[in-house]
Amino acid sequence: MREFDLEVDSVRDLNAALHALTEEDRDRDFLVCHPNGRHSVAVGAMLEADIRIEGHVGYYCAGMNQRARVQVRGNVGPGVAENMMSGMVQVTGNASQYAGASGRGGLLVIEGDASSRCGISMKGVNIVVRGSVGHMSAFMAQAGALVVCGDAGQHLGDSIYEARLYVRGTVRSLGADCVEKDMTDEHVKELSGLLLAAGIEADAREFRRYGSARRLYNFNIDHVDEY
Amino acid sequence: MSVYKRAQRPSATFPDHVLSEIHRAADQGIYEIRGFGAKRRVPGFDDLLFLGASVSRYPLEGYREACGTDVVLGTRHAKNPLRLKIPITIAGMSFGALGANAKESLGRAATAMGTSTTTGDGGMTVEERSASETLVYQVLPSRYGLNPDDLRKADALEVVVGQGAKPGGGGMLLGQKITERVAGMRTLPEGIDQRSACRHPDWTGPDDLEIKINELREITDWRVPIYVKVGATRTRYDVQLAVKAGADVVVVDGMQGGTAATQDVFIEHVGIPTLPAVRLAVEALKELRMHRKVQLIVSGGIRSGADVAKALALGADAVSIGSAAMVALGCNKPVYEDDYARLGTEPGCCHHCHTGACPVGITTQRPELEERLPPEVGARRMRNYLATLVLELQTIARACGKSHVHNLEPEDMVALTVEAAAMARVPLAGTDWIPGWRE
Ligand code: SF4
Repeated sequence: MREFDLEVDSVRDLNAALHALTEEDRDRDFLVCHPNGRHSVAVGAMLEADIRIEGHVGYYCAGMNQRARVQVRGNVGPGVAENMMSGMVQVTGNASQYAGASGRGGLLVIEGDASSRCGISMKGVNIVVRGSVGHMSAFMAQAGALVVCGDAGQHLGDSIYEARLYVRGTVRSLGADCVEKDMTDEHVKELSGLLLAAGIEADAREFRRYGSARRLYNFNIDHVDEY
Repeated sequence: MSVYKRAQRPSATFPDHVLSEIHRAADQGIYEIRGFGAKRRVPGFDDLLFLGASVSRYPLEGYREACGTDVVLGTRHAKNPLRLKIPITIAGMSFGALGANAKESLGRAATAMGTSTTTGDGGMTVEERSASETLVYQVLPSRYGLNPDDLRKADALEVVVGQGAKPGGGGMLLGQKITERVAGMRTLPEGIDQRSACRHPDWTGPDDLEIKINELREITDWRVPIYVKVGATRTRYDVQLAVKAGADVVVVDGMQGGTAATQDVFIEHVGIPTLPAVRLAVEALKELRMHRKVQLIVSGGIRSGADVAKALALGADAVSIGSAAMVALGCNKPVYEDDYARLGTEPGCCHHCHTGACPVGITTQRPELEERLPPEVGARRMRNYLATLVLELQTIARACGKSHVHNLEPEDMVALTVEAAAMARVPLAGTDWIPGWRE
């Protein structure tokens, strides 16, 4: 276990150590203490590693994560796991804006609530939120799945492409071109798998599915009111 | 028809092109989306002249006395700043907007000339990485194709906040250009219009930008320079905020800058010309005492060695070319005229990059059109053009008595028009008058 106390060590020390990991390294467990809201904690990890962060972090924690498992035992600032590629990022508390923005792969789990624009521009990442998400979540979401066990704020899935949205609670409103869709067996299976991977016990059949009506895929003057 | 000619005079408010646009809008019900840059005339580098040396200062011997052209970019924070042999770089143009042959041509030519080329929306292709010795990787609002592996392969990063052709606006790659490969790179279905967002998904203001830049530095272990590119609008503030956010290099793109596809109303009516933008950017850097510490790259309508010399004389460290590079590859060349006609245009007027049917094989993904631009031919043309720009630049610098092109200065120039004098803050030719200037 390698320990980084961010009251003594710098974020640079931590990230440099993560980037210096090689496939041959056996010790791949990292403990990060006293993050105290610092930004860019554990960004750009490339290899399998277990990184536990004890406390609250600022912006972009676990940004562009590849293969590592990152657990934040606290709340996270804006852009947690932005553009993550693979691996898993788990937040035991709440997440600020843009959680999982433009993520391309892997699993992001938020045990609390996520603020506005959760999953904005997501490109393949799966995001599971045990609580609720704020307005404009999944804006321009391209691929992957956003699972919300609580409620969703206004304009969910605005200008969505091919991402799949599952919400158990209420949806304040749907954004442009986002519609409710049938929950087929295939979707129940996918959702059950995501909930299981996230460690959340919930019945997939209680969720509703939302996705793109695909009316804005090619410009059509008769749909101009939706832009 | 009346015998009195006055009765047939056209309206100044509704000239031909305005009438035609209203007719088109009424027929189609959508604004015009097109490629290329502004077509209207704006005050520009043509409105400045150099004062060659004579008695008061002596020139350097052409071809004999050295006139340096090298530039180092990213000296502020990066462990590995870029060392370029010439101060002319290739601007970001996406694979998708451009075909693979055009991208490869640019990469090969830039490598041969010791300069950099730049990716675009959609990410980095294997071909352009291998063709370009020095490659700048753009981090754009859409984040199409963005990934940390390519981030680490890049020689510099460019956070694109805006573009001169459309500051404040996103992009649009129309469905007809979205092949399987382009769609795959952008994680979107084939054939749909691909909108590029106008704002980054995970930051909004200058304070966020500072944190974002820091994250990118952390991911790349502080190795590579980080540029911030802005469209020229409130240039003084934007440049200062980019510096405050930690940029190593600021790129200012004037309104003459081109685009693959955006609304004509944007191209022609939003942003300020490159000429005042350079001067404002330099003043902003000087005010912070960061001129030459944070390097300035200027783009937007740079066409000739004279334009490069004027931008450098106003205080830029380097320029970037996009549209002119495409012209060097053959854009608007009078060949394949039937294909221009099929697009409803002719050589010299074409701005149909958005259609994907580029007659000269540059902005297309269609193999039969791309064949018209073999990479070795494109690279040769581009290399010749860059070499010509450098020779022209050195010719002017030597004539002004400068042993390095960065020694050119505003004092070497005069303006031909009152507007240009005011915008560039150089005197109107034959006077010592700089409109609007107070000591
Ligand atoms: S010739 Fe090709 S590159 Fe040039 S404006 Fe026309 S379509 Fe665009």
